[in-house]
Amino acid sequence: MVDFTPPPLLHIRYLNKQFGALKVTRDVEIRVEQGEIHAIIGPNGAGKTTLINQISGELAADSGSILFDNRELCGLRVHQRARLGVGRTYQTSSLFDQMTTQQNVMLALQNQQGHSFRFWRKAATDPSLIHPALGILERVGLLDQQNDYAANLAHGQRRQLEIAMSLATKPKLLLLDEPMAGMGQEESWKMVAALRKLGSEVSILFVEHDMETVFSLADRISVLVYGRVIASGDADTIRNDPNVRDAYLGGIEDA
Amino acid sequence: MLLFLEQLLNGLQLGFMLFLMAAGLTLVFGIMGLINLAHGSLYMIGAYGAAAVTQATGSFTLGIIGALISAAVAGVLLELIVLRRLYNRDHLDQVLATFGLILFFNELTKILFGPQPLYLNVPDLLNGSVEIIPGAPYPSYRLAVIGVGMLVAVSLFLLISRSRIGMLIRAGASNREMVGALGVNIALLYTLVFGLGAMLAGLSGALVGPLLSVEVGMGENVLIITFVVIVIGGIGSIKGALVGALLVGLVDTMGRAFLPGTLALILGPEAASSVGASLASIAIYLLMALILIWRPAGLFPAQ
Amino acid sequence: MIMKQFFSTRNLLTRKNLVLFLLALTLLSLPLIASINDDSYLLIMVSRMLIFALAALSLDLVIGYGGMVSFGHAAYLGVGAYTVGILSAHVMEGSSIGFLPGNLPGTESGLISLPLAMLLAGLVALVFGALSLRTRGIHFIMITLAFAQMLYYLFISLYRYGGEDGLSMNGRNLLPGLDLYNDTHFYWLCLGCLTGYGLLVYKFLGARFGQVIRGCKQNPEKMQALGFATYRYQLVAFVISGMGAGLAGALLANHSEFVSPDLMSWHLSGELMVMVILGGLGTLIGPILGAISYLLMEEVLAGYTEHWQIILGPLLILVVLFSRKGILGALVGKAADDG
Repeated sequence: MVDFTPPPLLHIRYLNKQFGALKVTRDVEIRVEQGEIHAIIGPNGAGKTTLINQISGELAADSGSILFDNRELCGLRVHQRARLGVGRTYQTSSLFDQMTTQQNVMLALQNQQGHSFRFWRKAATDPSLIHPALGILERVGLLDQQNDYAANLAHGQRRQLEIAMSLATKPKLLLLDEPMAGMGQEESWKMVAALRKLGSEVSILFVEHDMETVFSLADRISVLVYGRVIASGDADTIRNDPNVRDAYLGGIEDA
Repeated sequence: MLLFLEQLLNGLQLGFMLFLMAAGLTLVFGIMGLINLAHGSLYMIGAYGAAAVTQATGSFTLGIIGALISAAVAGVLLELIVLRRLYNRDHLDQVLATFGLILFFNELTKILFGPQPLYLNVPDLLNGSVEIIPGAPYPSYRLAVIGVGMLVAVSLFLLISRSRIGMLIRAGASNREMVGALGVNIALLYTLVFGLGAMLAGLSGALVGPLLSVEVGMGENVLIITFVVIVIGGIGSIKGALVGALLVGLVDTMGRAFLPGTLALILGPEAASSVGASLASIAIYLLMALILIWRPAGLFPAQ
Repeated sequence: MIMKQFFSTRNLLTRKNLVLFLLALTLLSLPLIASINDDSYLLIMVSRMLIFALAALSLDLVIGYGGMVSFGHAAYLGVGAYTVGILSAHVMEGSSIGFLPGNLPGTESGLISLPLAMLLAGLVALVFGALSLRTRGIHFIMITLAFAQMLYYLFISLYRYGGEDGLSMNGRNLLPGLDLYNDTHFYWLCLGCLTGYGLLVYKFLGARFGQVIRGCKQNPEKMQALGFATYRYQLVAFVISGMGAGLAGALLANHSEFVSPDLMSWHLSGELMVMVILGGLGTLIGPILGAISYLLMEEVLAGYTEHWQIILGPLLILVVLFSRKGILGALVGKAADDG
């Protein structure tokens, strides 16, 4: 009679969002368990990024509930959600271009160490920022680029830096919006390996087009079509789901 | 009650004048993304154009035409020489460059016309009053100004909602790239829109000429109130400009007319006369602050 | 060749430090130069430049570093000036401050009126900033402008304190150890305030707070996604900036022994912005150079023609169109960039 399953880390229920007459999110329900790597797939215009934006708080949902770590996120601001442990990256890497790689991570770390209303001690030489920053850069393989300006990094490096900055905020859940977008084959596989490693430390919810990466990386997958979740489950379930085949996979396999 | 109706009309008159200014300013921002501080200079050019032509010919009608032409020509030249280089710059650059334009136009006007204000007489035909409300004669010139304002507002809405150029203007305000993709000559469209806005500002300046003195710096005062109007209405929206202009016109006029008296009932006459005057002069800014707390993007935010 | 090596050495001998050194040397030796030439006007003129440099510097903190284009900074300058002016006027009248309870008298003590000027300017900046920062971009520009304009009209209609005509002061403030009627003393006070505020801002910008402020300018959305409550940090920067402008206003009131609503006019707000851009946006030395050269230009051009603004206007447009980095950028190149 006692339910032993732990509560999900993220539980989205009855989420709705409408732009004018266009319903972009319809009664969406998604569960992301602790430690899970969860993928959202779907054709263009399915409302994937809109959904991510509603979880991170950049867009307000019209109705529904987003329960994260037993806290309701709806109604909270972007920075409040980030503080609760929701980290994210964007489709086009969003960095501080006029800062160096190391400064980018140090800035992200600042918020992890309490407020930043500190007016006196020089931040650039603060060991309590430098040491963890170098540690994180080493983890994502950007140590050699520590003094390069973010604006001068290569595409893949920018994406890695963005993930590094998210990690610096010690998130419980990482929202990744097409982490492999614009990457070559080799870079993509490196990223997949990196994300798999990351998945052992933090739960991940990511949006991706590329089926190969999704099936190899995700523990579970939710399929979004026209704002509605039409299927949810592990890779086999999704592959064999007739609805998914009709709406989505069929088209690709036939091509 | 009669006083109230009279002030209501005064408020409408101010509101329509502000609308003539705000329409151009908000279109230019909505379509070209440009903050144009020199819009007030076009108003001033219109007023001086009207004053100069009226003095030379003795005809206020010709004066109005002179105002329209001078403001439109100045506007088009301004767009061609300076402003089009600013469309893709950030707002800070736009503010500074157009601030430079104000300094230039003010000084040029001072050199051409001298520092003393000019006075325009109300044309004879309209130099009487009409008893539209029994017992309360109202100056016919002001009434005519309200009429012209309404006429322009209606034609502007028709132009924008019905004509091809209006369609392009609407499309441009919501999606600049799309208009380019339609194969429209964007540069020409921009110049036309700017010229139209300039003409409206010039008309506003000319119409106000007989009510206020025509002087250097007249553009700036009205410019800042116009900013308040379009911030309240929602930047880029013609409808917002109209609603904002009427709201600001009415609140400002009513505030000045009735706030001191009303406060006197509460605070006593002495305190009220100073507090009331102060409060009346800042009423529109308070209105703006309140509206922004409620809706940070204005009443009718353009997409 | 030697010069080139000298300049390219990446140590203390940078061109930026050279500019700073020469600027400091000139300003420090100016009282001596003035006394040798027996030229007291020089000190009076440069004192005024330093005051505007302080105001421009405070404005650059929000525009150049924080990315908040405030078009109403004269308001805070005006609040600082009126604080000093009103306190002094009450001394002249021998009256108490009517709108406050408790029959408080006016004062000419700089130890009271200068800090109070900063405090009140900071308070006004807190209120205006709290409302304005709810908006972004063009809205922010126009709202800061409109709030300043509101204060301007408020003081015009404030007949008790001179209204449109302004308010004459009893005299300059009193400070222990300084005689503000002495041009040299006054000059040192202005230079001290500018240096002090400049150093404080320099420290703030280097600390964690400064990193957050820069981040808010470069990428505010990202800052929020990282968990920063950007609004609060920007508001605090705005208040610090308003306090600097308030101090400048307090000094300006002492300089002219007169305050008027013109100190809050949008024209002055615009001029402060011009000084910042002219000197170099997002730098600490730039606004100082900008204020000095703007007022120098005014002084020189006004010597040729009373219509000097007809030259200034187009000049300004040319600067905006063709030289983004301002004077400091022209002097030191890319090293100027600090925002």
